[in-house]
Amino acid sequence: MAQTLTEFDTIAAISTPIGEGGISIVRMSGEESVKIANRLFKGKDLTKAASHTINYGHIVDPKTGEMIDEVMVSVLLAPKTATREDMIEINCHGGIVVTNRILQLLLANGARMAEPGEFTKRAFVNGRIDLTQAEAVMDIVRAKTDKARDVAAKQMAGGLMQKIKDLRQEILNTLANVEVNIDYPEYDADTVTAKEMADTSKRVISEIDALLKTANEGKILRNGLATAIVGRPNVGKSSLLNYLTQSDKAIVTDVAGTTRDTLEEFVSVNGVPLELIDTAGIHQTDDKVEKIGVERSKKALKRADLVLLLLDSSQELTSEDQELLQATADKKRIIVLNKTDLGMKITPQELADQTASPVIAVSVLEKQHMEQLEQTIKDLFFSGIENSNEQVMVTNQRQTGLLAKAKGQLEEVISAVDNGIPVDIAQIDFTGAWDTLGEITGDSAPDELITQLFSQFCLGK
Amino acid sequence: MIKTYNSNEYDVIVVGAGHAGSEAALASARMGLKTLVVTIGLDMVAFMPCNPSVGGPAKGTVVREIDALGGEMGRNIDATYIQMRMLNTGKGPAVRALRAQADKWQYHERMKDTIENTPNLTLRQAVVDQLVVEDGVCKGVITNTGAKYLAKSVVLTTGTAARGKIIIGELTYSSGPNNTTPAIKLSENLEKLGFKLRRFKTGTPPRVNGNTIDYSKTEEEPGDQEPRHFSYETSDRSYLQDQISCWMTYTNNTTHEIIRANLDRAPMFSGVIKGVGPRYCPSIEDKVVRFADKDRHQIFLEPEGRHTKEIYVGDFSTSMPEEVQLKMLHSVAGLEKVEMMRPGYAIEYDVIEPWQLKHTLETKKIKHLFTAGQMNGTSGYEEAAGQGLIAGINAALAAKGKPGFTLGRDEAYIGVLIDDLVTKGTNEPYRLLTSRAEYRLILRHDNADLRLTEYGHQLGLIDDDRYADFEAKKAEIARVEKRLHEITVHPIEDVQSYLVKIGQAPMASGVKADYFLRRPKVTISDIEELTHEHICDDRYVKEQVEISIKYAGYIKKEEVQIARLKRQEAKRIPENINYDDIDGLATEARQKFEKIRPETLAQAERISGVNPADLAILSVYIQNGKYSKTK
Repeated sequence: MAQTLTEFDTIAAISTPIGEGGISIVRMSGEESVKIANRLFKGKDLTKAASHTINYGHIVDPKTGEMIDEVMVSVLLAPKTATREDMIEINCHGGIVVTNRILQLLLANGARMAEPGEFTKRAFVNGRIDLTQAEAVMDIVRAKTDKARDVAAKQMAGGLMQKIKDLRQEILNTLANVEVNIDYPEYDADTVTAKEMADTSKRVISEIDALLKTANEGKILRNGLATAIVGRPNVGKSSLLNYLTQSDKAIVTDVAGTTRDTLEEFVSVNGVPLELIDTAGIHQTDDKVEKIGVERSKKALKRADLVLLLLDSSQELTSEDQELLQATADKKRIIVLNKTDLGMKITPQELADQTASPVIAVSVLEKQHMEQLEQTIKDLFFSGIENSNEQVMVTNQRQTGLLAKAKGQLEEVISAVDNGIPVDIAQIDFTGAWDTLGEITGDSAPDELITQLFSQFCLGK
Repeated sequence: MIKTYNSNEYDVIVVGAGHAGSEAALASARMGLKTLVVTIGLDMVAFMPCNPSVGGPAKGTVVREIDALGGEMGRNIDATYIQMRMLNTGKGPAVRALRAQADKWQYHERMKDTIENTPNLTLRQAVVDQLVVEDGVCKGVITNTGAKYLAKSVVLTTGTAARGKIIIGELTYSSGPNNTTPAIKLSENLEKLGFKLRRFKTGTPPRVNGNTIDYSKTEEEPGDQEPRHFSYETSDRSYLQDQISCWMTYTNNTTHEIIRANLDRAPMFSGVIKGVGPRYCPSIEDKVVRFADKDRHQIFLEPEGRHTKEIYVGDFSTSMPEEVQLKMLHSVAGLEKVEMMRPGYAIEYDVIEPWQLKHTLETKKIKHLFTAGQMNGTSGYEEAAGQGLIAGINAALAAKGKPGFTLGRDEAYIGVLIDDLVTKGTNEPYRLLTSRAEYRLILRHDNADLRLTEYGHQLGLIDDDRYADFEAKKAEIARVEKRLHEITVHPIEDVQSYLVKIGQAPMASGVKADYFLRRPKVTISDIEELTHEHICDDRYVKEQVEISIKYAGYIKKEEVQIARLKRQEAKRIPENINYDDIDGLATEARQKFEKIRPETLAQAERISGVNPADLAILSVYIQNGKYSKTK
């Protein structure tokens, strides 16, 4: 069956290009938008907010109470909106992880992932834009879906699709048992108890959990290693950033503390994709603007896959340096001894005694030994990926969202069975999970189950 | 060449009087239209050429839907069954299913009697050779004796008679079901009119003499003690006390060896049979080949009636040569000395590819021509009867010049059945299964009246008395729900020990009775006992309230999906749409849309092989009249 067009339910998507700029916007459209946003929002009651207002607050995971991000939420009520439906726009602090978390929370709380072009399509269907515009959109929709199919074909080879198909087959085998007992009550198949359905659910959930854990590694492959460049002020972080990006996007000066915003940039170092996060210096400051930058640096450090810790080799290690060495100790990191051209007061050997991390001595300004640094980055990347080469990975947020949804449905099966709900009722969520996984692989043929029934069992009068 | 003569004129003509034809004819006549029903053999009215039973999962629900819409099948089986059982009692309410063993002779006689005594309805024996079609509108039929009957609408229900061919081993001969006259010329006429036909195959097992069965080697399957019935009109008091049992036995390795040794003589495998048979109802030879690792298969011995010794050997359908059939039977425990009275056979027949139909079962090609039942590619008496009812209703409505009547997938199994047929077609005889329904918690056998009585009444098929009873039941349900909300169940000792007894956690504090009812295994009767409150006497009302309260969460889930379905169904695709005018449609989608010509966007979504982008394009196209204006 073709995937359904779902027009008036509430849809959500990230509407800013991922990884670019300091602010990301997650958008929702549909009747439930405000209600769903309100479930995650800690601040004023959004359901009482006037239309076209911007509201300050925090996004909190309602299940765990964990604070996800500080945000500004725009409440836009129909009809004066882009889609002529109620809309919510959540402005958050950029970054793939946070933005994605927010999107996932929206999906978990009742929104549906928007199809490509769907916001525009709604705008058209609701009479907001005219046909010429809409036709252009439909062209894009087609182009995007075709492209998506390409990507899907590639992932197929990567094994994720096979994994999901296996999971679906596992559910289907149990489902066929359940169904055959319903449609052929006298059939002498072993009576399938609800417990078997719960057991299958548990097995599949643990597989889904394993897949969800790979989501991060999948992200690395797709978006690159999130690389944080850290160091106390004026050790040359911006210079290193500039060297890697070979442009002048970051402000480079010799006055400490002028790199205020976290800048993100994607570069390729010896073929290794890096998502660079330049950070303002991590140090105590009274300067308010600087303080925000420092906060962000700590955050950036948190989500970094790789840390490039810069030290000034022309000066003795300060307490700040020591603090940074400690703060990044559990990270995959490279210690970069910069400014070797100014005479070295710390030697690589001294540091190598203290840590297992590679230590590279360079001069960014003089471009000395930079190829050594690049090679080390490459080695680190491939040593990390090698292990995961064999393994199946989740590589996008759509898949992550659907996996999480399937997991939720299977959890409902288990709780239904625990509560003594009859097998054919608990089965509703079981079938739901099977359908959800089918959305990932794109195959949910309508007669799949029926075919399974007849091939698995000898039925008939 | 037979000379034709003008015979009578009718509003509606129904061709065929099997399970589809009988319902179609009765519905039309009861809606006040002058109706003629013709059948090849008067002795075959509502005849069961295969298993002597009605109902089962999904099918039993269809019988109740037919009853709620004012059809006859439920009443007819309630009056003529020899055994009744509720199946799936250990499971949830969505899949409970009633099944009756029928006295197939009484079933036939009572239906024939009902048809004969229904005002506006004429029953006649005749073979229809061709249709009278003028300007794309069907205006009547011509029989093999030359009689020309004119009508405003015609319903065809040819069953397995259309170019029927019986196969028993090497023997093949032209025949309708149960050795009746086949209809040959009508198929040719339909092809000439441009319809696409195809060959299907089905089969039936041998019948044996019950006096020659050693029942001591078989297992008894008795009927239920608790009163059951299909029709909402039938009272519990009329429940049959002296029911007749069925019996169960098994095939064994010897049986399987006999079959394997004779596969070269099996028409299924020797290439004699060309038609496509159903996967869910395979012949025993097919089972032995496909499931070679199974060392036994079940066999059900079902009496064909109260006043006959003929026993139907269920799950033993075969088209092996007669002598092999005998050997196979004699290898089975309890059947060692059995006398075969009729051999099993396979039958091939013509069906009309059902995507040529609308949801009203009117053909797309010829107006006022309807088809129903096995000729639409289904199998099963209940599937046939359900379609017959819908075709009869729509033939009557068309004759009156009124708009058609259809049922949604969310309203009835009949809706699921017809939508599957017209949207997807079928590559094998189609049988309803509960797994074909998306919303089976809504489509229960117990609430068919709540779902459909309103329609039956509007159509004039449910009389005012019965409708008043229905209204009273609805009011009683509402009253009981309200009452339960007024009563409090307190955590007194009786209640706590009751909860422990049914394996539930004790209560911390008192709750309203409707909330208490949400606990598994708690019934309204239990609440009555625990609270000493009298709530309700009607067990069917209690059942409704219990289901709606206990499964409210799950029902809600299905209702959310249904709400979405409704929105898509509201988006109608114009009948005159030209798919070539729509830019950007993929070729495959264009061809499929053109072939099926979906009536709504919801139906378009269900066509296999159509991707979301094509649906989006179609959706944009139909939802905005501007498109054609700008062209």
